[in-house]
Amino acid sequence: MKFFSLDPDVKVLLPDGSTRHLTDYLLPSALLMLAALMLMISMFLPYWSMTMHAPQYPKGLRVDVYLNHLEGDMFEIDELNHYLGMPTLDAGGQLERSISFFAVVALGLLLIAGVFVHNQWAGVLALPVLSFPLAFLADMYLILYRYGHSIDPTSALGGAVKPFTPPLLGEGTVGQFGTVAAFGIGFYLAVGAVAVVLAGLWFHRAAYKPIVDARKRIASSGKATRA
Amino acid sequence: MKRLISLLLALSTVLAACGGNSAATPAAGGLPADAAAVAADRGLTADDVYAALKTYTPSGQLDPYIMFASGGQGGQVLVIGVPSMRILKLIGVFTPEPWQGYGYGGSSDAVLEGGYMPNGDELTWGDTHHPNLSETNGDYDGQFLFINDKANARLAVIDLRDFETKQIIKNPNAINDHGGAFVTPNTEYVIEGPQYAAPIGWEYATQAEYKDKYRGLITFWKFDRAKGRVDESKSFQIELPPYWQDLCDAGKGPSDGWFFCNSFNTELATGGAEQGLPPFEAGTTKNDTDYLHIFDWKKAEQVFQAGKAEMINGIAVIGLQTAIDENILYFAPEPKSPHGSDVTPGGEFIVVGGKLDPHVTIYSFDKIQQAIAAGGLDKDAYGVPVIPLDKVMEAQVELGLGPLHTVFDDKGYAYTSLFLDSAVARWTLGGPYASKHPEEPWTLVQKLPVQYNIGHITAAEGDTASPDGQYVVALNKWSIDRFANVGPLLPQNFQLVDISKTGDQMKVLYDMPIGMAEPHYVQIIKADKLKPFEVYPEVGWNPETMSVDPNAITTAEEARVERNGKNVEVWSTVIRSHFTPEWVEVNAGDHVVWHLTNLERTRDATHGFTISGYNINLSLEPGETQTIEFDANKAGTFSFYCTEFCSALHLEMIGYFLVKP
Ligand SMILES: [Cu+2]
Repeated sequence: MKFFSLDPDVKVLLPDGSTRHLTDYLLPSALLMLAALMLMISMFLPYWSMTMHAPQYPKGLRVDVYLNHLEGDMFEIDELNHYLGMPTLDAGGQLERSISFFAVVALGLLLIAGVFVHNQWAGVLALPVLSFPLAFLADMYLILYRYGHSIDPTSALGGAVKPFTPPLLGEGTVGQFGTVAAFGIGFYLAVGAVAVVLAGLWFHRAAYKPIVDARKRIASSGKATRA
Repeated sequence: MKRLISLLLALSTVLAACGGNSAATPAAGGLPADAAAVAADRGLTADDVYAALKTYTPSGQLDPYIMFASGGQGGQVLVIGVPSMRILKLIGVFTPEPWQGYGYGGSSDAVLEGGYMPNGDELTWGDTHHPNLSETNGDYDGQFLFINDKANARLAVIDLRDFETKQIIKNPNAINDHGGAFVTPNTEYVIEGPQYAAPIGWEYATQAEYKDKYRGLITFWKFDRAKGRVDESKSFQIELPPYWQDLCDAGKGPSDGWFFCNSFNTELATGGAEQGLPPFEAGTTKNDTDYLHIFDWKKAEQVFQAGKAEMINGIAVIGLQTAIDENILYFAPEPKSPHGSDVTPGGEFIVVGGKLDPHVTIYSFDKIQQAIAAGGLDKDAYGVPVIPLDKVMEAQVELGLGPLHTVFDDKGYAYTSLFLDSAVARWTLGGPYASKHPEEPWTLVQKLPVQYNIGHITAAEGDTASPDGQYVVALNKWSIDRFANVGPLLPQNFQLVDISKTGDQMKVLYDMPIGMAEPHYVQIIKADKLKPFEVYPEVGWNPETMSVDPNAITTAEEARVERNGKNVEVWSTVIRSHFTPEWVEVNAGDHVVWHLTNLERTRDATHGFTISGYNINLSLEPGETQTIEFDANKAGTFSFYCTEFCSALHLEMIGYFLVKP
């Protein structure tokens, strides 16, 4: 238990004999674990949403995209889109949603592994998390592109609407609908996790680089002695 | 008039000088110039402008009150917003109603059949009279609506979750009724009072047998709230003298457990103008008083449950002698050929309109109890104890000619319709209500002319334990010159009256023509007490059972046609803008059972379904499942299509029903 106390008198002795404060080592670990927690929480929050407005829908129609499911008026949107022969909203991104839980858990575990890896490989372990928001956006764009380009020309209104890509962010129009796409709080939490990871890696480097360097010096001097 | 307009113009000039933007600023403090110009152009008075502002309801704004009106001879119920007086809906009840697919092939056929004559003869209309909302502790709870058919002595139950009629019962022992439907304070019973006496079960009896064989009959229908249906096996009737009992009301608060009906033929007049006898209209009005009927219904319930009743045509009837012996029934005189029997909000008094006497007579429930306890009462010709009027009367208020019905507000005022005077009388209650209004108790405050011949009257929640005030509606039988001439059959005139101010400040706000029948009673409930479905709760909902139908299907993939000998069963889905399947073929003579499920979940996405030439039309509301059953007795090519304009491709929502010769 004494190890976890932040008693300023407790010092860490480095291999080269210099000493460091205990907090220098706790901070990067705490930040990486915080980022893992943020990612886990983001699972339960929407990453992206589209709201559609038309005269006959005074409350609008809305879909919230979570990592593992969709919420909102998919039934009605699917019903309207069947006139264009488009697939259901649920059909896009099925693989991603089915593996999302395990993927996020894996990302979190990589971050926690980083806590126990006291060298530059911790940064490599964090790379998937750092690229996660961008990967989400790229995948979302792909899903939207495929969706807007799957109009069936033999459907009731398929001949009347050209293929399109619904905007990933901001306003667009489809038929009598004005659409507004926006990122959700889950996505912002994931972006926040990236920032926290970056800060964690900064302090990780600050804490462990002296140890790595000290080891290198000892190793090279040992080699020199033996030689 | 001219002065008003110049005042309005002056005000608008001031506003314009202030640089007010009439489009953006709220219309307060004076009329904008363009509005003042309209008022001047149309010759509107200050009262007219006030009335317009009190009733005009901008698009998208909802009415704070909902009025349920009997549809009169139309056999329906009208749903009307107050104060806008816009008709929101017509509910088919005793009459088939095609828009709702009511009586055109769906499960509602069975509801209508429930109201057929015992021998199976169809009745396809009703003379709807008195709608009554279900109550909890004497207040409307917004769950159910009941209404009677005077012509055929029937009662209907409407479920306010979907505003549809769920049950019609033909009274097995009465052939007409009037005093229905009235509920007890917790809707334990829905009471159907009688009207024109007839032998029990309307068996044949001659005019000469009137006194001995003709009877009044009051029915206490037990309401099973959980099932949303009347339970006939737990209902009972009480045999009464043939006095033509009329309107009724249940006691509440201190008078809970009691029930009061007026009557108007204690003369036992039998008419017979063609025989040189006084016609009914003269014979029934000879006596100075008739009898207020006072029932101890809780006692009657015990007597029924103790088995002291005779089963007649499948329902228990408490005989008149039993009712007398068990202290269920008492009379008190009431002047003269009275109408209306209305209990005050707190349950202390019963108000009876004189009809042919210019007074309303107010009975004290306390005094009724004391007189009954004191005993020593005289009996009438049938042996019913009669409490002398001076022992039970609290007050009499002279209102004018033809007082009929009375309703109440939250300020201690009562409102009585005066048929002959064509007026609404506002008068003050005494007792615990005296401190609520500035005037003396039991006095006439204002007589407001209405156009014309007012029958019933209603006030916002005005017959409950906690009336709202604000509005009265006068149900005028004649409209004469109020509306454009539409031929010799004229609309009725519902007049909205502002009662928000005390004293003699009542004002007529709005005339609403009812051009479809002659409604009788109406009730007004606070709109926020109603919690109807927006769409049916689940796909496959059966509105009769209020649960998912075993024959519902939830995807087009399950749609199919199955043949079993000469029986063909079809499962269809319905969604914008197609039926699945679109082709259905049977052989002539096949019996067809066709289940249709509307898969929609969006509000207002209703579809219809008709098969041309087969007199079938359904309304399939979002989530609803309906089953039709018919014989394919005509060979040929028939289209079926959606009868609701549901979508841009509504015309394309069709299919073919082929009947192979
Ligand atoms: Cu349709």
